[in-house]
Amino acid sequence: MFEIVKKEPLNATVTKMVVKAPLIARKAQPGQFIIFRALPDSERIPLTIADYDREKGTVTIIFQIVGRGTMELNTLNVGDSINDFVGPLGTPSHLDGLKKVAVVGGGVGCAIAYPVAKKLHKMGAQVHAITGFRNKELVILEQDFRDISDVYKIVTDDGSYGEKGLVTDALEQLIKEGNQYDEVFAIGPLIMMKFVCLLTKKYGIKTVVSMNPIMIDGTGMCGGCRLTVGGETKFACVDGPDFDGHLVDFDEAMKRGAMYRQFEAREREEECELMQKEVEG
Amino acid sequence: MAFERNMDPKKTPMPTQDAEKRSHNFEEVALGYTYEMAVAEARRCLHCKNKPCQSACPVAIDIPGFIGRIAEEDLQGAWEILSASTALPAVCGRVCPQEHQCEGKCVRGIKGEPVGIGRLERFVADWHNAREDQKTEKPKANGHKVAIVGSGPAGLTCAGELAKMGYEVTVYEALHQAGGVLVYGIPEFRLPKAIVAQEIEGLKKLGVKVETNMVIGKVLTIDDLFDMGNEAIFVGSGAGLPRFMNIPGENLKGVYSANEYLTRVNLMKAYQQDSKTPIQRSQKVAVVGGGNVAMDAARCARRMGADEVTIVYRRSMNELPARKEEVEHALEEGIAFKTLSDPIEVLGDENGFVCGLRCIAMELGEPDESGRRRPVPVKDSAFDIPVDAVIVAIGTSPNPLIRKTTPGLETNKRGCIITEDEGGLTSRDGVYAGGDAVTGAATVILSMGAGKEAAKAMDAYIKGKNQ
Ligand SMILES: Cc1cc2nc3c(=O)[nH]c(=O)nc-3n(C[C@H](O)[C@H](O)[C@H](O)COP(=O)(O)OP(=O)(O)OC[C@H]3O[C@@H](n4cnc5c(N)ncnc54)[C@H](O)[C@@H]3O)c2cc1C
Ligand SMILES: Cc1cc2nc3c(=O)[nH]c(=O)nc-3n(C[C@H](O)[C@H](O)[C@H](O)COP(=O)(O)OP(=O)(O)OC[C@H]3O[C@@H](n4cnc5c(N)ncnc54)[C@H](O)[C@@H]3O)c2cc1C
Ligand code: SF4
Ligand code: SF4
Ligand code: FES
Repeated sequence: MFEIVKKEPLNATVTKMVVKAPLIARKAQPGQFIIFRALPDSERIPLTIADYDREKGTVTIIFQIVGRGTMELNTLNVGDSINDFVGPLGTPSHLDGLKKVAVVGGGVGCAIAYPVAKKLHKMGAQVHAITGFRNKELVILEQDFRDISDVYKIVTDDGSYGEKGLVTDALEQLIKEGNQYDEVFAIGPLIMMKFVCLLTKKYGIKTVVSMNPIMIDGTGMCGGCRLTVGGETKFACVDGPDFDGHLVDFDEAMKRGAMYRQFEAREREEECELMQKEVEG
Repeated sequence: MAFERNMDPKKTPMPTQDAEKRSHNFEEVALGYTYEMAVAEARRCLHCKNKPCQSACPVAIDIPGFIGRIAEEDLQGAWEILSASTALPAVCGRVCPQEHQCEGKCVRGIKGEPVGIGRLERFVADWHNAREDQKTEKPKANGHKVAIVGSGPAGLTCAGELAKMGYEVTVYEALHQAGGVLVYGIPEFRLPKAIVAQEIEGLKKLGVKVETNMVIGKVLTIDDLFDMGNEAIFVGSGAGLPRFMNIPGENLKGVYSANEYLTRVNLMKAYQQDSKTPIQRSQKVAVVGGGNVAMDAARCARRMGADEVTIVYRRSMNELPARKEEVEHALEEGIAFKTLSDPIEVLGDENGFVCGLRCIAMELGEPDESGRRRPVPVKDSAFDIPVDAVIVAIGTSPNPLIRKTTPGLETNKRGCIITEDEGGLTSRDGVYAGGDAVTGAATVILSMGAGKEAAKAMDAYIKGKNQ
C-alpha cells in the first residue's frame, strides 16, 4: 500500500499528491510514469512522475480530475493509501547533450513537462519554458517553472493572465527573436502538440512530444496504447511515452483517445452522484 | 478388483450449462462430474501395464493409479497420487489439450472414446478443494532465499516446489493480481478465478510471499534481486507481447489485441454490470486466429452481447490449434467459423470506428515445416465481412523488458530466453527460466513442468554452491 504524505490542490481541478513509494523513487527518471488504482476495484490509470525524492522515498503526482478514476484518487487524503501504484514505467526522456531547450506545457501537461525542465536546468542547460492555460483559474506550477527557467512565458487563451494567446504564438516569437534551440519539448493536449510540431517543422527544430494514449497494463502486454510513429506501430508505454513529434500521427491518436468517451461520461455522472450522496449522507 | 469394469465405448458425458443460456453469462460451462459419474467413468480404465497415457502427460501423472482409486471410491488416495505429480490439477483438468496428450494415447480411444482423464482429474481436485480440513504445514526453513519473476503457472509451480523444500520464496508479479494468463486471459466460464485464488492462497500458506505491482526490469532488476540476497532467480514472465497483422486499418477504434480484450473482460471484470472498466459493446465481431485465445475472445464477445461472432482463420477446421472441446463449445454457442480466409484490411467509418474486415480466400497447398498444409491466397477473391469490432488473436511473443534490462541474458531471434537443459539454466549464473518465456506461447501444463524442473535445478545449484 502506498501512503499519501501530502495533498495540495493546485487549482479547482488539479491536485498534487506526494506518495510514499521508496522503490519507485529510487529508480524514477524524468519522462517516466506510474499506473495507479485508487481502490481495489478501480481502473488502472497512468500519471507522469512529476517529481521524486530518492532520500525521502516519495514520488509526486499531479493530476487533473477528469473522470471516475481521478475522482476516486482525489477522495483519498493524507494518511490514506493508494491501493496499487506501479512504476517507474516507460522510457526516460533523452536529455543528454542538450544545451538550449524550449519546454512547452499546456494545461495539466505542465505537470509532465516540469520534471523534464527541472532536470535540464540541473544539467546546466538553458531552459526557456512556455506554459499555456485556458484562463487564470487554471494556472499551475508557475513558481516551480520560474525557479528553473532562464526565460519563462505564461500565456492564457483569454488573456486573463500573462500574455493573451497560444503557446505556439509565444514559441514562434522566441524563435523569431533569434533563439536557436537544440530541441523543443511539447507536452499537453494532442491538438496543442500537433500545432507545436507543425510550427517547429517549419523551422526545422527537433521536437519531442509526450503521448498519453489510453493504457491498461503499461508493460507492453495489451497493445491498447499503440500509436503510429513514422509509419510504424509503437507502444507508448514501453517505446515512449516520448516520441519524435514530427513523426507522430496525431490525427489517429486523437481518434483513438476518444474511444470510450460515451462510457466515461456515464461513469463520471455515476461517480458524481455517489459523491453527492456521500456529502448529503 | 472390487468393481465391475464399465465397457461403454463412450465417455460419460460432461454435464454442461445449456448453450443458449450460457452464451449470456460468465458462469462455468462444464459443470463437473457427480460422484456417480466419476466412479462410472473411472471404471472404464483398463489399467494398461505399459501406461501409454502416462507417457503422454508432460508431468507424468500416474494416471491408471489415480483413476484406479476413484474406481475403488478412495478419493483421498486418488488425490495423493495426483498431487505427487501436479501442483494445479483443478486447472489442468480443465484446460489441458487432453486430446493431444494423455487422452490422445489412451487405449480405450482406439475403438471408442478415451477415458475422460482430464474430467476425472478435475473431479478429484474439486473434491479436495471443497474440503475444509485441508491442512498445509509450513515446511522447515532452510535459510536460503530465492526470487520468482511472474506468477503464471510456471512461476507458481516453481515457487510451490521451492517453498516445500524450505526456501524463502518471493514471487514478483507486474500486474495488480497474481495468476498470469490464468487470471488475465482464460475466462471465468472456462476456469473460475476462485480456483486460481485458492491455489495462490495455498502457496501463501506454504510461506510464499507474493508481491504484485512489481515490474521486474523497471522497479527492480534481476541484479537488484541478487543484491537483495536471493541466491537463484526463476524467470517465468510468459509470452505476453501481442502480435498484430500489420495491415491497413489496424489502429482504428474497435480493433483490439486479444490480450487487451480479454484483460478488460477478465482481469478488469468488464463483464460485471457494475464494472468501472470500459469496453465496447459490439454487435458484430470478427476474431482473427484459430487457437484457444481466439476461441476465448470469441466466446467472451458473445457473452458481452454480440449477436454475430465470426472466427476468421486462414487454414481449415481440421488445422484449428484450439482444444477440441473449446471448438465444440464455441460452435454450440453460435460462433461462426470463416475458415480459409485471411484478413488484408480493416475498414473504418468516417469517425475512425471499425465497420468491416476485408479478407481474401485461401486454399491449402503443400505442407510447411510444421507439417500442416500451407494456406495460399486465391487470386481476386477479396470479400468483406461487416463488423464493428475486430479482435486480433494471431499469437504473442515474450516481452522484451527483462531481456533488455538483464545484461548477459541471452535470447533467440524470437525473443525467447535460451536455456541450457530441462532444468532451465540460462546464460546467466543462478538465473533459471521456464514456461512461455522460453518456449513462446505454449500450454499451462508445459509451463508447470518447466517450473518444477527448474525448482529441482535451483535447489541443486544452491546446495552445490554452499557446500
Ligand atoms: C503516460 C501518461 C502520463 C499521464 N500523465 C498525466 C499526468 O501527469 N497528469 C494528468 O492529469 N493526466 C495524465 N495522464 C492522463 C490521465 O491518465 C487521464 O486523465 C486519466 O486516465 C483519466 O482517467 P479518469 O478515469 O479520471 O477519466 P476517464 O473518465 O477515463 O476519462 C476522462 C477524459 O479523459 C480522456 N482520457 C482517458 N484516458 C486518457 C488517457 N490515458 N490520456 C489522456 N486522456 C485520457 C477521455 O477520453 C475523457 O475525455 C497521463 C496519461 C498517460 C498515458
Ligand atoms: C486466452 C488464453 C487461453 C489459453 N488457453 C489455454 C488452454 O486452454 N490450455 C492450455 O494448456 N494453455 C492455454 N493457454 C496458454 C497458457 O495459458 C500459457 O501457456 C501459460 O499460462 C504460460 O504460463 P507462464 O507461467 O509461462 O506465463 P504466464 O501465464 O503468461 O504468466 C507470466 C506472468 O509474468 C508476469 N510478468 C511478465 N513480465 C514480468 C516482469 N517483467 N516482472 C514481473 N512479472 C512479469 C505477467 O504479468 C504474468 O502474470 C492460453 C493462453 C491464453 C492467452
Ligand atoms: S495434467 Fe494434463 S496431460 Fe497430464 S493427465 Fe492431467 S489432463 Fe492429462
Ligand atoms: S491408456 Fe486409457 S485405459 Fe489404459 S491405463 Fe491409461 S487411461 Fe486407462
Ligand atoms: S498499455 Fe498495454 S501495451 Fe501499453
